[in-house]
Amino acid sequence: MAADAPTRPSPTVTDDSAMFWDAAAEGRLVAQRCAGCGRLRHPPRPMCPACSSLEVEIAELSGQGTLYSYAILHHPQHPAFEYPVIAALVDLEEGVRLLSCLTDVSKDDVRIGMPVHAHFVPTADGPLIPVFRPSEDL
Amino acid sequence: MTGRRTLARGAASIIGAGCTEFSRRAGRTELQLACESITAALDDAGLAAADVDGIVSYTVDPVEETELVRSVGFEEVNFSARIPYGGGGSVGVLQHAAAAVASGAAEVVVAYRAIRARSGASRFGSAKTAPSPTSGHSGTTAMQWCMPFGVLTPASWMALNSVRYMHEFGVESADFGRAVVQLREYAATNPAAWGYQNPITLDEHQESRWIVEPCIHLLDCCQETDGSVALVITGSQRAADLPHTPVRIGTASTAGLFEQEIASDHYRPDLSVMDGTVALGRRLFEDAGFSRDDIDVALIYDAFSPILLMQLEGLGFCGFGEAKDFIADGSLALDGSLPTNTNGGLIGEGYIHGLNLVLEAVRQLRGTAVNQVADARTAVISASRTGAILTLD
Repeated sequence: MAADAPTRPSPTVTDDSAMFWDAAAEGRLVAQRCAGCGRLRHPPRPMCPACSSLEVEIAELSGQGTLYSYAILHHPQHPAFEYPVIAALVDLEEGVRLLSCLTDVSKDDVRIGMPVHAHFVPTADGPLIPVFRPSEDL
Repeated sequence: MTGRRTLARGAASIIGAGCTEFSRRAGRTELQLACESITAALDDAGLAAADVDGIVSYTVDPVEETELVRSVGFEEVNFSARIPYGGGGSVGVLQHAAAAVASGAAEVVVAYRAIRARSGASRFGSAKTAPSPTSGHSGTTAMQWCMPFGVLTPASWMALNSVRYMHEFGVESADFGRAVVQLREYAATNPAAWGYQNPITLDEHQESRWIVEPCIHLLDCCQETDGSVALVITGSQRAADLPHTPVRIGTASTAGLFEQEIASDHYRPDLSVMDGTVALGRRLFEDAGFSRDDIDVALIYDAFSPILLMQLEGLGFCGFGEAKDFIADGSLALDGSLPTNTNGGLIGEGYIHGLNLVLEAVRQLRGTAVNQVADARTAVISASRTGAILTLD
């Protein structure tokens, strides 16, 4: 294995979650949009909790958002990741929240409310997953 | 919603309580640990295995009912239930047991949890990536959304909420530390506790290594523990004829909100407030007709110290963002306004997945606790989304 080979575990894909991960594998960030009432939702689920519709559209998301919360993970350490991991909750501009992590930022520069945007990194088995980096120079 | 129903007040009572030792290596199976604690609880109640017709535990408990029944020697089980939500469901065993007794579904119910959280095959706090798409009913299906990003443990799931809480209210790590110092002071005088004779200072708390920065130092974490706790519940009428003064289940409830998860509520709008616990508090106090002023002792699920502060606020014992001042004022101490986690909590005593907090509540009301609150008559127990009020009245 090359020293820089991706080691992150690939996501667990289920019939309920495949639409999100399949799009991510192509470098697209998406969420479910209810075809009945237009409500966006994440994580994916089979039924709209607002109108009970089972009809779903795929909404393409811009990847722009703000950091709602974060956590700098030091311990325990799993060999698949580089530490510290900066876990992130990102409020996307379309109105859904995504759990991910931050890259390209020092832990001391992380601030709640900072603008962030998505980019994609490979996992061990190949599929891309969305992670975030600051939108502005720090 | 209005017109919510609650359990008939005091319809059921806890009449027996038992446990094994709490250790780092039990050296025997969860099934055996459950047998031992249940037998101890039945002995305490003055009942035999043949008297039991109901059993309740957690969805994550590894002990199978069939094996338990044939080991302890229950003759006929007419009611069984398991509570989801991991440790958040720990007080739910009382609600189910009381409801079973009140409805007539069962007459004598045993609630138990057996765990090898320290020496068993899988520690909650170890770094593991999800091996399967769903959770086996542990309530952690949502964590498939965490694992690819390195968010692998309960501390990391919960920390995203804790950091937002700190941000919103100007809470600092030392504020959590002051709670931990109090818990460790209680544990230091509790021979059953992991932290027996080993109190800590705030400096030691602050110097312990980061698990999750900036909210969880090593000393903010509960102690993964091996052991088992069991309780025996029956109708209050029958309870009057048994050896111990019955500890009445004044009320018990569950409050799980839309988008709530286990050890996290990542998709709730405002993570600086445990709004599920706000709903639980409303159920326990306003709906069931109890006053917060009546509470003599509190047992609050403290897998990690931030959620102790957030539950104090959610339950209404202080305002939002004020738990740090409430604690700094000494409120959690034996001579404070709300003695809390007097066994040392899950942080100081050990982690029997929350059921040892119920055990401590029973001991307080019986007057047999190691750190006894004088004339304790009413206790509240909160596991954030399940809770109960126990009372002698």
